[in-house]
Amino acid sequence: MAEMIPTPERMKRSQRPMPEQDPKKRVCNFDEVPLGYTTEDAIYEAQRCLQCKPAPCVEGCPAEIHIPQFILKIVEEGFASAYLEILKTNSLPTMCGRVCPQEEQCQRACVYNKMGKPISIGRLERFVSDWARKHDTKEKLPDSKKKSKLVAVVGSGPAGLTCAADLAKMGYDVTIFEALHKTGGVLTYGIPEFRLPKKIVGYEVDKIKDLGVKIVTDFVVGLTKGVDELAGEFDAIFLANGAGAPQFMHIPGENLNDVYSANEFLTRSNLMKAYKFPEFDTPIKAGKKVVVIGGGNVAMDAARTALRLGAKDVHVVYRRTKEEAPARAEEIAHAEEEGIVFDFLTLPVRILGDEKGNVTGMECIKMRLGEPDESGRRRPLPIEGSNFVMQVDMVICAIGTAANPIVARSATSVQTNKRGYFIVDEKTRATSREGIFAGGDITRGSATVISAIGDGKKAARAIDRYLSSGGSLRKSKK
Amino acid sequence: MYKIITKREIAPNIISLEVAAPLIAKRVKPGQFIILLVDERGERIPVTIADYNRENGRIRIIFQVVGKTTAQLSQMNEGDELFALVGPLGNPSEIDNYGTVVTVGGGTGIASVYPITRELKEAGNRVISIIGAKTRDLIIMEDEIRKASTELLVTTDDGSYARKGFVTEILDEVLQKEKDVKKVWAIGPAPMMKAASEVTKPHGIETIVSLNAIMVDGTGMCGSCRVTVNGETKFVCVDGPEFNGHLVDWPEFMNRLARYEKMEKHSFEAYRKVCGEENG
Ligand SMILES: Cc1cc2nc3c(=O)[nH]c(=O)nc-3n(C[C@H](O)[C@H](O)[C@H](O)COP(=O)(O)OP(=O)(O)OC[C@H]3O[C@@H](n4cnc5c(N)ncnc54)[C@H](O)[C@@H]3O)c2cc1C
Ligand SMILES: Cc1cc2nc3c(=O)[nH]c(=O)nc-3n(C[C@H](O)[C@H](O)[C@H](O)COP(=O)(O)OP(=O)(O)OC[C@H]3O[C@@H](n4cnc5c(N)ncnc54)[C@H](O)[C@@H]3O)c2cc1C
Ligand code: SF4
Ligand code: SF4
Ligand code: FES
Repeated sequence: MAEMIPTPERMKRSQRPMPEQDPKKRVCNFDEVPLGYTTEDAIYEAQRCLQCKPAPCVEGCPAEIHIPQFILKIVEEGFASAYLEILKTNSLPTMCGRVCPQEEQCQRACVYNKMGKPISIGRLERFVSDWARKHDTKEKLPDSKKKSKLVAVVGSGPAGLTCAADLAKMGYDVTIFEALHKTGGVLTYGIPEFRLPKKIVGYEVDKIKDLGVKIVTDFVVGLTKGVDELAGEFDAIFLANGAGAPQFMHIPGENLNDVYSANEFLTRSNLMKAYKFPEFDTPIKAGKKVVVIGGGNVAMDAARTALRLGAKDVHVVYRRTKEEAPARAEEIAHAEEEGIVFDFLTLPVRILGDEKGNVTGMECIKMRLGEPDESGRRRPLPIEGSNFVMQVDMVICAIGTAANPIVARSATSVQTNKRGYFIVDEKTRATSREGIFAGGDITRGSATVISAIGDGKKAARAIDRYLSSGGSLRKSKK
Repeated sequence: MYKIITKREIAPNIISLEVAAPLIAKRVKPGQFIILLVDERGERIPVTIADYNRENGRIRIIFQVVGKTTAQLSQMNEGDELFALVGPLGNPSEIDNYGTVVTVGGGTGIASVYPITRELKEAGNRVISIIGAKTRDLIIMEDEIRKASTELLVTTDDGSYARKGFVTEILDEVLQKEKDVKKVWAIGPAPMMKAASEVTKPHGIETIVSLNAIMVDGTGMCGSCRVTVNGETKFVCVDGPEFNGHLVDWPEFMNRLARYEKMEKHSFEAYRKVCGEENG
């Protein structure tokens, strides 16, 4: 068994890098890019941890994972117990270890961050959860008595899955309603295979089914049945339908044939497996010269997918600079390594096409940064007369998503804000209607996997309190 | 889960299926559609709900074999189950008592126009229906439409049955004769809907078309189905499928329908080859 090492030695060590697929090879496949730590890597990295008390890293984690504790267990080679430690507060560590913006959360708060070499908490979390998946480690659940109360969960993204799992563990009878034919939300249809393999999402979903959660796919709440109707059948409802409506720039040429929303492009590729066409039936276009508009994770995913589909030349245009780009630093670095070109301070103004609808180019204008705006970021301003045309044959618009009104429209007395997001109590996720709770992107706008998980957990606790104190939606009046 | 209860080939390559879908049958209104998946590797394709029975929980869909997915669907039999079926999607038609209205159905559009026609008549309208197809064999649902409307006019492009000509020619005649038509529904292939909108425009009669855009999710999540209507981008699946035909950007819409033409052809040919070999 490995042991902690003396502090000075810990301090001398540098961060253990993550083995990755070679950029030249990986652009030709959809396999996962980071390969994961070996046991030796993980122990080496874990031994660096100073086991701070109190531990600032924990405060940086929205799920308040017991970080030093699980890291110590890695050093002691108690991988199963490290996993169980994480599970106490985070139900989907296989996901978070891969897609959390760690450098802005737990790792930013780590005491080593000042020296530029925070503990690789995310990589360790990933190592532990992958180990547990390979060894099929399961938590022992206390024998909670089956409860007769029924809970409906709308949406099977990370928020919905977490809430359902937690409630099922407490003994509730939970049913998830999902619009698509597959579960997982953005984890399934948005984030590509090379960042989050779908068999991992499937594994997590299967575990949740094993808890007794029922999952009804092909069910659009608001169309197949409304929230009001579900309210007559269930004792509590958790709304976690995400914020999936794609936004466009409203510039000329946006409806030309080879202009995609990132959602369409990624959904075709991930959910429908169009990258395996014609083995799978759904087609997708592979442009030669592709430009992606936007600077977030979604833009990186779209650009890297385009590359893997065979594009020769992929650009990302973003109206601010690299510093303001909301994508994870790691994802931008991955994209750069793969040969994606970034055009910062650039704003598209028009997409050009021929009479058949083919894209022939995109006109842009150069930007400069002005005074900071409400968000605190410096406002990009156009430089007059700097227009130029990029020669491209495909455009992917990744400028964000908005609330889809289908669910809200069918929910009487559940208040939304101006942008269509449900208004909730921050702590309990309770909406304005008793017995109905909401969380994840549909309450925050596009956020993160871990914040969605956090909301699911909070809502599960609040729903338990509501139901155990005698509350029942189906028996209450609107 | 979504069992095929009855199957009938009502015309060459046009198939009618009744599928068990109680939740959809309970709520559906004329003008709405479903999206289905034949199998796990399949494509999500939208099909109009041509009829429904709220009592026995069945919906009826009518489709034409035009490519891989519809060919595969045509090979399924009574008792088989679809991999996925979701709905009812889209907005229902705006049914009201307008007075005199005309419904026009071309090809499989006849199936789409049928429930709208029936409901319009039940709402008290005088409904003149015009249906048409390339040739005699392809005229579907004639008896049903006749029963559902006040008056029925039938055409075939080649004159092999009833009147020779396009539905739009008959529509023009009807509008010359009838001075008080309040609204027109025209559903069929895009060129037909476009032509019908051009016929009604000089008369200033509102004309509703149902756009068969290429879809993926059908719930407003991808934007594949977008179309320009009156200068604004709309999503057919959630803002439609019905729009005012006078305001649709037809050239753009028709371009977008051809987005995957090459790949679709490839997929269909590959399927036919495999299937042909398997069936001897
Ligand atoms: C391409 C992409 C990359 C991303 N990368 C990262 C990343 O690296 N790190 C990170 O932390 N976050 C990332 N995010 C954001 C993150 O995925 C989301 O914040 C998170 O998934 C939100 O979870 P959710 O449960 O609220 O909703 P979602 O994951 O959106 O799930 C909502 C579910 O509800 C279903 N639904 C919607 N409407 C209905 C209805 N009417 N009836 C029934 N079901 C319905 C949807 O089909 C979906 O399955 C990314 C997002 C995208 C799109
Ligand atoms: C709201 C709506 C209602 C429809 N109702 C009917 C109906 O009642 N009966 C009927 O026969 N057809 C209907 N269609 C058209 C039907 O969806 C297409 O015929 C079908 O998708 C063809 O698939 P395929 O694989 O057999 O052919 P493909 O070879 O893939 O395509 C043939 C043509 O069908 C269209 N198409 C292809 N994929 C899609 C897709 N995912 N979504 C929409 N269109 C696509 C394209 O224009 C294409 O050129 C409807 C379409 C829409 C949008
Ligand atoms: S869940 Fe995210 S923030 Fe929390 S420890 Fe894991 S990687 Fe860090
Ligand atoms: S702050 Fe860093 S070093 Fe300290 S306990 Fe957390 S991970 Fe370990
Ligand atoms: S089909 Fe995806 S938004 Fe309409």
